Amino acid sequence: MKKNTILFFASSLFSLCLLISVTALAQTDPLIEKVAQKLALVNDYVAEGTMKTDVSFIKASLGKVKVYFKKPNLLKVKKEGGISLLPRGGVSLTINSLLNTKQYTTIPVGTQLLNGKNVSVIKLIPTDDNLDWVISTLWIDPLEALVYKTATTTKENGSYEINMQYGEYAKQGLASKIIFSFNTKDYKLPNGITLEFGDEDPTAKQKALKNKKGTIEITYSKYTINKGIPNNIF
Amino acid sequence: MWSIINVELYKIFRRPRTYIAFGAIAALIIVIQLGLKIDGNTYAAFLMKDINDTLTVDGKVLNGYLICYILLQLLLVHVPLLVALIAADMISGEANLGTLRLLFTTPFSRTHWVLAKFIAASVYTILLLIWLAFLALFVSMWVFGTDDLFLMKSNYVVLIQQNDVLWRYVGAFVFASFSLLTVTSLGFLMSSLSNNSIGPIVGTMSAIVFFTILSTLNIPLFNLVKPYLFTTHMNNWKEFFDIQVNANNEAIHGSILNIPKIKNSLWVLTFHIILFVSASIIIIKKKDILS
Amino acid sequence: MSVIKVQHISKHFGSLKAVDDLSFEVQAGQVFGFLGQNGSGKSTTIRMLLSLIHPTSGSIEIFGKPIEKNRETILEQVGAIIERPDLYPYLSAQEHLQLFAKVRKQRIATTNIKETLEKVGLANRANDKVQTFSLGMKQRLGIAIALVHNPSLIILDEPTNGLDPQGIADIRQLIQHLAKEEGKTVLVSSHLLSEIEQVAHQILIIHQGKKMVEGVTKELLDPQKRIVQIKTTDDANALQLIAVGSFSNYLLPRKEGIFLKIPTYEIPLLNETLVKAGVALLGIETKNSLEDYFLQITSNA
Repeated sequence: MKKNTILFFASSLFSLCLLISVTALAQTDPLIEKVAQKLALVNDYVAEGTMKTDVSFIKASLGKVKVYFKKPNLLKVKKEGGISLLPRGGVSLTINSLLNTKQYTTIPVGTQLLNGKNVSVIKLIPTDDNLDWVISTLWIDPLEALVYKTATTTKENGSYEINMQYGEYAKQGLASKIIFSFNTKDYKLPNGITLEFGDEDPTAKQKALKNKKGTIEITYSKYTINKGIPNNIF
Repeated sequence: MWSIINVELYKIFRRPRTYIAFGAIAALIIVIQLGLKIDGNTYAAFLMKDINDTLTVDGKVLNGYLICYILLQLLLVHVPLLVALIAADMISGEANLGTLRLLFTTPFSRTHWVLAKFIAASVYTILLLIWLAFLALFVSMWVFGTDDLFLMKSNYVVLIQQNDVLWRYVGAFVFASFSLLTVTSLGFLMSSLSNNSIGPIVGTMSAIVFFTILSTLNIPLFNLVKPYLFTTHMNNWKEFFDIQVNANNEAIHGSILNIPKIKNSLWVLTFHIILFVSASIIIIKKKDILS
Repeated sequence: MSVIKVQHISKHFGSLKAVDDLSFEVQAGQVFGFLGQNGSGKSTTIRMLLSLIHPTSGSIEIFGKPIEKNRETILEQVGAIIERPDLYPYLSAQEHLQLFAKVRKQRIATTNIKETLEKVGLANRANDKVQTFSLGMKQRLGIAIALVHNPSLIILDEPTNGLDPQGIADIRQLIQHLAKEEGKTVLVSSHLLSEIEQVAHQILIIHQGKKMVEGVTKELLDPQKRIVQIKTTDDANALQLIAVGSFSNYLLPRKEGIFLKIPTYEIPLLNETLVKAGVALLGIETKNSLEDYFLQITSNA
């Protein structure tokens, strides 16, 4: 009886484990797991780099930035002694932030050729309703387990495309360059507020209306990884 | 010549009226600074409504540099009226007072006196501008701190790095001095035509208001004369705060978008100053002093 | 030597002839009285002398040089007050003098400023603002401004305006002092001729822009050439008697009253002639002041 009981519990436990592992297999693509594992090595980082803002209605010069990251999804971009312009809600959509939540299911879509590389395309659907993104597509190099592109649709802040390039810190899955692409809305302030009268340039206006895609490019020069970051930075 | 400039300056700064303008500027600036200090973020949020739809702006947007720009935008339209208060009174005021005949019976030519008066009025104008710069720029920097200059124009936004701002203000103030000296010279011309103070002051103010309306209205007929009106050029100090971008849409540090426009405006303003002052000299030389 | 030489100057304001073909000369060291009623053209002439007004025609020489071309050099040696004493209300008396001392090419010492203020009786009000001054005090300050740089020609247009009797006497004394003691040439204008006749060596009377008479004061005031107004019981008959008799040469044409420019010794004979003809003499008034003379000339013109 005692033996039977033990056997029953053992078989139940096994069945439960099997069920869990089967479920997990069905929801998380191994490639994503591989990427996540790689990223999991990074608890926090401070990255130094330059940021370029390319939005049709913004004239801004290159600026030095520091990007702070801390698990699971704390992220802050700080421009050194200056004002920074970042895509609304978009900065938190880095790979680390997306994958570290682990609250998603994956749907492999197939493979694609991206910038001469054969990449797997996997869609991520969040399982937590509180997350502010609806769907994200990842273009992943299966050999390096590196994400080269993501396209994320958010609940409130539109869609973002993030392109990544890798260099020195590829082992940790950290990009050397990130390009955020996003749709911009119209910008217009009445002349009565800006007190700019009679010197409108109609061609500039037309140009501004035509080009409605904005990009923000961050090129990293140095990462400081796992040295600890206080929470008050974020 | 220096002695009569000295005399004119002495008279200007002994007159209580002179300090009205300094007081008015101080009061206006302090009120605006106070307002922005208390409720500036609401104002900034209102300005950035469109931007905030797309982007998050991180940093001290409402810093001393932006406050100064806002103040200049508001004040440089009205300072000419304060300048007119003194400039348009320089000759006619003395004619009205009867002291012009005392001056014109001294061993200096009328040309010398007119020039001395113009130089003295110009010194007053420049001092007024320096006062404005001190309050609007340095006091704002002290009260609001400094950061990049985030300028929201009608159709686009310019983000100028902190270390690229101050020289632009120097340029803007130098430019503004030309604008205000044009007003001084116009006031002078009006002043030379009259024997009472009120007429030229009102005349100068009316002329500025009239030409400003012509300059700002976008009517094809007016567009023909706009390039020749001094009022069209007076506000082009703002050009110092527009920046060039390269092919990658990166703003070029230390650049100005439209230098020819600034140069052209300076020429037009200088031409007006010379024209108005020369006309004043000719009128005064020919005038019989009957007051 | 002529300090001022005015030749045929005229000034027209539209159709109004403010000054009409006026000529005169002022000699060095002389006090020249420039007389005329208000609006007679005195101030316009003085303004032309100081190049405040451009003459329509004619020429003005001061210190032997045409004013038009030598304005600055000439004005260095000229001090003037013109009509009202208009000054800067926000400055004190001392500040006024300091200011006008600065606009002179030669350096004027502070002691000079003090002395000038004492000379015009304003030393005790030196630091008071002009806005607190009476008209008379302003007039004194105006004169001080004209004197502060020690000019050789002083032009005073109505200098006694607004002054009390003591002030008028002071200015009269000052003018005499400037000419006698300091050898300055003074051109003084007034409509109050009684003031001028006591100080001027030479007098010019102007009316409606025209010179009426010019002469040495002593001659104009000669008792032998006094003007006499007679009042009788029958003026019409008396006038006829004089007009046809031996006194006709002395008769002055007047609209009202009987005026004669008659030597004193002839007066008893005139009286006798009239009494014989049955006209009784009620009174004889001798008009021996220049003011009466001036009034008669100008009222008859």
